Amino acid sequence: METKKIIRVLIAKIGLDGHDVGAKVLIYWLRDQGMEVIYTGLRQSVEQVVEVALQEAVDVIGVSILSGSHVEIARKLMTKIRERKLDDVLVLFGGTIPKDDIALLKNEGVQGVFPSHSKLEDISTFIKNNVKLAGA
Amino acid sequence: MAKKEIVVRPVTSILGTPVKVFYGPDDLPDFDYKEKLGDPGEYPFTRGVFPSMYRSELWTMRQYSGQSTSESTNERFKYLLKNGQTGLSLAFDLPTQIGLDSDMPQAEDDVGKLGVAVDTLDDFERIYDGISLDGISTSFTINATAPIVLAMYALVAQKQGVETKKLRGTIQNDILKEFIARGTWIFPPGPSIKLVGDCVEFCNKEIPRFNAISVSGTHILEYGANTIQAVSLAIAIAEVYIQEVMKRGSNIDQIAPLFSFHLPIGGRQFNFFEDIARLRGARRYWAKLLKNKYGAQDKRSMQFRFSTGGMGGGLTAEQPLNNIARAAYYAMAAAFAGTRSLNLACFDEVYAIPSDLAIRTSLRVQQILANETGVADVVDPLGGSYYVEALTNEMEDKIGEIISKIDAEGGIVKQIENGTIQRELAKQSYALQKRISSGEKVLVGVNKYQIKEEEKDLEVYKTDPETINRQLTRLKAVKAARDEAKVESTLKQLQAAAERNENIIPHLFEPLKAKATIGEIIETLKKVYGTYKEPTTV
Repeated sequence: METKKIIRVLIAKIGLDGHDVGAKVLIYWLRDQGMEVIYTGLRQSVEQVVEVALQEAVDVIGVSILSGSHVEIARKLMTKIRERKLDDVLVLFGGTIPKDDIALLKNEGVQGVFPSHSKLEDISTFIKNNVKLAGA
Repeated sequence: MAKKEIVVRPVTSILGTPVKVFYGPDDLPDFDYKEKLGDPGEYPFTRGVFPSMYRSELWTMRQYSGQSTSESTNERFKYLLKNGQTGLSLAFDLPTQIGLDSDMPQAEDDVGKLGVAVDTLDDFERIYDGISLDGISTSFTINATAPIVLAMYALVAQKQGVETKKLRGTIQNDILKEFIARGTWIFPPGPSIKLVGDCVEFCNKEIPRFNAISVSGTHILEYGANTIQAVSLAIAIAEVYIQEVMKRGSNIDQIAPLFSFHLPIGGRQFNFFEDIARLRGARRYWAKLLKNKYGAQDKRSMQFRFSTGGMGGGLTAEQPLNNIARAAYYAMAAAFAGTRSLNLACFDEVYAIPSDLAIRTSLRVQQILANETGVADVVDPLGGSYYVEALTNEMEDKIGEIISKIDAEGGIVKQIENGTIQRELAKQSYALQKRISSGEKVLVGVNKYQIKEEEKDLEVYKTDPETINRQLTRLKAVKAARDEAKVESTLKQLQAAAERNENIIPHLFEPLKAKATIGEIIETLKKVYGTYKEPTTV
């Protein structure tokens, strides 16, 4: 009998944006979908997030940014992730993201981009379809 | 032939009560005009805070704006004024709101992104280049660093030769909602409330025509509160600030006239009549509260004055031009509710701060409402409507109920400190999101009347990539030219004043004139007040 591994997600607010209800709504949804979700709280640095991701052995990092600084932060985050060899972690960005910037984020290595009008179901489905579980 | 049965759709109000198909005299038994309404401008001000409202002076059309560096903001201000805006509303970037300088590492990715970068007095002066402070009022959306902005504003007035006693405008200065819904806090709640009091006290003495606070229900609504909770929480929060200032020996009639509110209309749970009735009910509630609980005698203490935000949370990414219609309905509700000032979220704000076209369109929505519909011609035209008056009564009662419950559970500050209110509101947001996902709550274009084909992309605002370099160069130059010893000594005096628990605002003038940065001032104050640590809220 195969026991299904529980998907572990880290939801992070990087930078100075203080609006986190969208992140929390997603957290509640993902928990209802059976995932384990950790929330970093506000004003995290890229270093702090990557550190927590390593310590908590998460499978997914979801970053919420409503302040327009998503491209710069994605660049720094993906550099740090490669540096710390977290290559198997699925990285998602969400928030106030213009259509043109979606390609820019994907160029940096972000795998899924879910601007603020995205459907919760689409996010959880994407995670389930794309996550790389350790030992899988 | 059998008659076709007429099916009546059940409707529940935001208060959870069933909504009747129509309302009549039976819904207003013993309705006493003088007790419940009064004429506009008369206690309890249900019909409006002033006797002739828009017949004498239209609401201020005040679209929120600020971007990049001070010159860009100055340009956008002039663009809006040229297009008929009647008041300014200044957006600061996140580092400025959180007390960080553009050259601090934590600020790097956020400099000038969704508001203007202000590091020193020079930046602030430049925003007002060619704009006279005695000709226009400004609303400042600034909270944790409000004392500094207020001091800067007074200094610019002085430089322009405008008496501070003549200055009109508003400073948001509402830190408690930051802990709940917006996140630009710096210090813990206790010292933060003290600084709110400092601004009120200072305005009372030096800038009496200024609204020293704009207690905000808008962000609380976006966080998950419904409209009646939003106004109730705002009033509960206002009471905390009032009590803080009264502690210092001020009399209620010296304090309350300086208070105003910033309240939501619209959003994902918009109901035209409920939104209006809630604000009429709030006016009556506030008037009675100030008179009966606080013993206010001055009419101005009892007048519940508010500006309105036409809420962005109700706008959609799908078919964005639909958002112009939404903004128009919100604007109309705001006018019927007697707003003093109005900002409408713009049609492309799902993606970025508004483009020139989008912000101009929001302004046009307001101008069309004011000039082409007749809505501004009669004060409180919905007064006397069976439905609206019944709803107003319900709303007033509900506000009282919510506030009593908060008091019974230890007060709003306690609920903020242990994360209860944040958690409750986030859960409400989640419940609403699920109702939208299921289609129970209709959002046109999102879960009904969707279109399949890809829409043409909008040209949204893009931050000038040179912003941060421009600002850093400027900041470097200011630091190189200033007298470092003077900066240090004036900051030491500021710290000493803070340690003596004095009002810090008079002690901000010298550091600001010496070109101390906002970041340096805040670092100094952190030594006295500490920094806030978020509770777990999810």
